[in-house]
Amino acid sequence: MAKKSALWSYTIAGWSGFYVMLVELLSGRLIAPSFGSSIYVWGSVIFVFMLGLSIGYLLGGIYSKYNPSVLKLCGILVASALTTLPTVLFGTQLLDFFFNLITDPRFGSLTTCLGLFLIPTVFAGMISPYAIRIIVKNKESSGHDAGYLYFISTLGSSVGTLLTAFYLVLLFEINTIFLAGISISVILGGLGAIFNYDKE
Amino acid sequence: MRAIAGFFAFVLSLLTALPLAAQPKLLHQERSLYRNIFVTQDGDERCMLFRYPRPFGRESCKLLTQPQKFLFDYTQMMLSGLYLNASPKRVLVIGEGGGTIPTALQEMLPDAQIDLVELDKSVDTVARQYFDFKPGSKMRVFVEDGRVFVKRMVPQKPNYDMVLLDAFDADYIPEHMLTREFLQEVKSIMTPNGVIVANTFSDSALYDYESTTYTAVFGKFFNLRLANRIILGRAGGITPDDLANAKKNAAIVEAEFVKRGSGSNFLLPLLNPNVDWNPTARVLTDQYSPSNLLNALPRR
Repeated sequence: MAKKSALWSYTIAGWSGFYVMLVELLSGRLIAPSFGSSIYVWGSVIFVFMLGLSIGYLLGGIYSKYNPSVLKLCGILVASALTTLPTVLFGTQLLDFFFNLITDPRFGSLTTCLGLFLIPTVFAGMISPYAIRIIVKNKESSGHDAGYLYFISTLGSSVGTLLTAFYLVLLFEINTIFLAGISISVILGGLGAIFNYDKE
Repeated sequence: MRAIAGFFAFVLSLLTALPLAAQPKLLHQERSLYRNIFVTQDGDERCMLFRYPRPFGRESCKLLTQPQKFLFDYTQMMLSGLYLNASPKRVLVIGEGGGTIPTALQEMLPDAQIDLVELDKSVDTVARQYFDFKPGSKMRVFVEDGRVFVKRMVPQKPNYDMVLLDAFDADYIPEHMLTREFLQEVKSIMTPNGVIVANTFSDSALYDYESTTYTAVFGKFFNLRLANRIILGRAGGITPDDLANAKKNAAIVEAEFVKRGSGSNFLLPLLNPNVDWNPTARVLTDQYSPSNLLNALPRR
């Protein structure tokens, strides 16, 4: 059974890596009409995603000390997806609000990114340390397990980046891509919860 | 043997051709926040390039002995905006380059209020330093993103009589400035009869998409096509009278155009109101704007 929970953990971490970069690339797209697409706008985007992930790593590590389970890992994935939903539903209104509030494009884009993307990114960051806690069974293999997990999750990120930038934006609207990503997260989280519910 | 002799002849011809292909003198280069900028001098001709060596991406060129003369077809074509309104009172120009177009406009329209928006501070500095760009008292220069400028202007209702969009270069399109929403914002800061002139692309898959996008906002427009493609329209769409209007206005501005190496003989025949694109191409929006990807694809 240990193998099954590890498999779910790897899958969720890989998908989450994909999802977070998909959101990051689209976020730059989303705020360009209000604040441009200069280096400082991308600086804001990357800052917020790095900040969110770092806070997430911290919180995920702490949370993993309390009865870790695949079920809860699925919960984190779903939370990360659902907290992106306001961006899809009220993105334009929120952008207009920040556009009118702040004139400086640096702090305008920074505030917008913090408002829209910090929370989903924190949840996304929680996944890796939490998954490592589920996968690791002994001290000797812990480094190997962590390395393997980072491999899967960062590979997911790199594929998510390229696929979004090269193909998805050519085929679909931003909100369609967002909704597809959110749906996949929710479905994956739901399936993980169903298949692991009995053991928890 | 013949192949070897042929090879040597080829090498020799390359060597002898080298002095002819010598690079123009580099006067200045700098790395701005957005690009590399080069200023070159080749005899009488001074150019601003975003890529060096030539011939890739000559942004702006002028002859030092004939500074008023337009060296590119597209700058001449952009001034055809004056064929739809020979005396605009408020003009917005997005994209500065070497300042050729704003300079010509302020010379030809001394009473007009001209707002010029340029994203890259370095382009503005180089234009002033090397291209003798001197904004007069009626011209305001804003260094910021064109879309952001327009969006901030919307509540002020500045009522521009003419808007010239020249923010794209061969290598990169600011994608947020080629969407239906952007053009709607531009339209909302124009007078109902205001003139829109846009320097766009001619020979990639993007052609169909940008055509339907401009049509979605501005309705029918004149399509001036050479190597570049200039869209010439009105906020409310061109009217059947506009070809006659263009002829009338062309006569008014002819002397000034001729001074710049242009004229109605060249420009009037280019005013084509016909649709030569796929009208079912998807309209570009803030949600869907892969302009650079489309510009890299061949036109079907």
